[in-house]
Amino acid sequence: MAMRVENLSKRFGSFQAVDDVSLAVPAGELAVVLGPSGSGKSTLLRIIAGLEAADSGTVELTGEDVTDLPVQCRGVGFVFQHYALFRHMTVGRNIAFGLEVQKLPRAEIRARVAELLELIQMTGYADRYPSQLSGGQRQRVALAPRPKVLLLDEPFGALDAKVREELRAWLRRLHDEVHVTSLFVTHDQEEAFEVAGQVIVLNKGRVEQMGPPQQLYELPASPFVAAFLGSVNVLHGRRLDGQTILGDGMLAPACHDGPDGQAVVYIRPHEFEVTRRLNGRTSWPARVLQVDPLGGLVRLDVLLRDGAKVRAQVSRERRSELNIQVGDEIYVVPRQCKVFGDRAANS
Amino acid sequence: MATEVCRPAAARTAAPRPAPRRRLPLGRWALDAVVLGSFAIVILVPAGALAHQVLAGGWRPFAEALAAAEVRHAFGLTLAITALASIINTLFGVAFALVLVRQRFWGRALTDGLVDMPFAVSPVVAGLMLVVLYGPEGWLGRGLEGAGIRVIYAMPGMVLATMFVTLPFIVREVVPVLLELGTDQIEVAYTLGASRWQTFWRVTLPLIRWGLAYGVTLTIARSLGEFGALLVVSGDLIDDTQTATLYIHDGIESFQPDRAYAASLVLAGLSFGLLVGMDRIRARLAVRDGVQE
Repeated sequence: MAMRVENLSKRFGSFQAVDDVSLAVPAGELAVVLGPSGSGKSTLLRIIAGLEAADSGTVELTGEDVTDLPVQCRGVGFVFQHYALFRHMTVGRNIAFGLEVQKLPRAEIRARVAELLELIQMTGYADRYPSQLSGGQRQRVALAPRPKVLLLDEPFGALDAKVREELRAWLRRLHDEVHVTSLFVTHDQEEAFEVAGQVIVLNKGRVEQMGPPQQLYELPASPFVAAFLGSVNVLHGRRLDGQTILGDGMLAPACHDGPDGQAVVYIRPHEFEVTRRLNGRTSWPARVLQVDPLGGLVRLDVLLRDGAKVRAQVSRERRSELNIQVGDEIYVVPRQCKVFGDRAANS
Repeated sequence: MATEVCRPAAARTAAPRPAPRRRLPLGRWALDAVVLGSFAIVILVPAGALAHQVLAGGWRPFAEALAAAEVRHAFGLTLAITALASIINTLFGVAFALVLVRQRFWGRALTDGLVDMPFAVSPVVAGLMLVVLYGPEGWLGRGLEGAGIRVIYAMPGMVLATMFVTLPFIVREVVPVLLELGTDQIEVAYTLGASRWQTFWRVTLPLIRWGLAYGVTLTIARSLGEFGALLVVSGDLIDDTQTATLYIHDGIESFQPDRAYAASLVLAGLSFGLLVGMDRIRARLAVRDGVQE
């Protein structure tokens, strides 16, 4: 394990920012801590870097207990959201800084800087100043040094969508080449999925679930994870004798498990099939309220018999095939779903 | 939309049209004239009058008035005090600004407000405070006298007085720059392995240098002109603790205005030189925020 954190807790005044968090990242892997604002992910990252001290718990990097080690000695690379490059230094001097601080010989520093510039594909930019670079270029420079462990605090948050996408792909490629153990913090689920080998979902300072992105998406362990990862329809109903019953007597056979009692059902838009005719499967009658074409997919907002509004997603072809228009009466067939006990209602 | 300038069509045609006048540009021109005129009356004309007064009799009387030993000593003292007070206040001011911005301590807001106290307190009162504390009968003065250290009516007291009145300048210039800087760049330096001192020297200092330079210039300008506190603290002993400003004051009091005028012109000249310097620094600050850094 290149990075391990155990029972980490941190409180600011009366606010518990990090609550008994434990995680481990194998060497060379890119893990993502995903969570909404205020979930404690930045604090967690800063504690691992050594910029904050935890109240309790330990931090281990490459097998060494660094809990009490000052940030200077941890050998971590930290990339900030607002690309904290040294404004008064050229790109070359920026990259050289870490090496100069170690008092390496001048010639070696020059060679290393050239090497790193090539790695980030910015040879020739050595004499430019950060203010002369684009946001994307600045982040590339910030990512240049090769630390043992890389910590990224929402590094692409301040950039526009197209640039974000490019940088994500670039980071993934870079990671594939160089295999630095990295921990990436973000609130953007799409970003997490594209970049991560492992996702750790954080909510209110606690770990909700950990695992490969697809697993979290398909098998969320809690309502929070289900709702946070991608859009999802939330329906209320109850479970009785192995059956899930929703409003107006609608059955949901696709929902398998779950405790008896009041339940909350989570169905993702693409887990609905849309038909015009009944054909033996459990289908819910619905009226189309809105049709939103989104490139290759079409989003349908429909109204169920019991008054619940639900969002379904079909391909463009399917929509044309069925010629779905606003006001049409169609059927939505839930193919998959996830059920959780309704803690609030049952308690 | 009916305003003073845009009158509705009806009103426009109903009222008898006055002869066409270009109202707006004239008004603005008049405003400019008034502003510049006030500036001239308050600043330029008196300065010109002083220069005329001094140099009316030619260069010789001017040079003679400045040749006296007391004058040399007075200016020398002023420059020495200015240098000392500026250097100490620079070091202290930067350290203080760093603490104010970076550390959280009880009473921080209060301290922040107190930094401006020298602006609010009359320099004469400031001088008196120092006398109370460091004078021969004062709380600390008593002990220091015993150890052979004289503060009041001597150089240390005068430097202290000057430090007091110029304290806010550097702090007030550096604090906003530090705040705008934020902590990101500092933290990056730490993660790259730089110690606190290395980070201060290579990251913080270069980034605050223009704000700092401006603060130092203000400090020097103010130190040159300090009068009230020095009057109280120095005892105004000629050839001993008399600075340039005190010398000028003495000249007026003792009905020897020529000496006063001559010294005044030199002091005004020094201040003017500093003003130009300040302007240059301000221009550099603007450029710096634009292209380079």
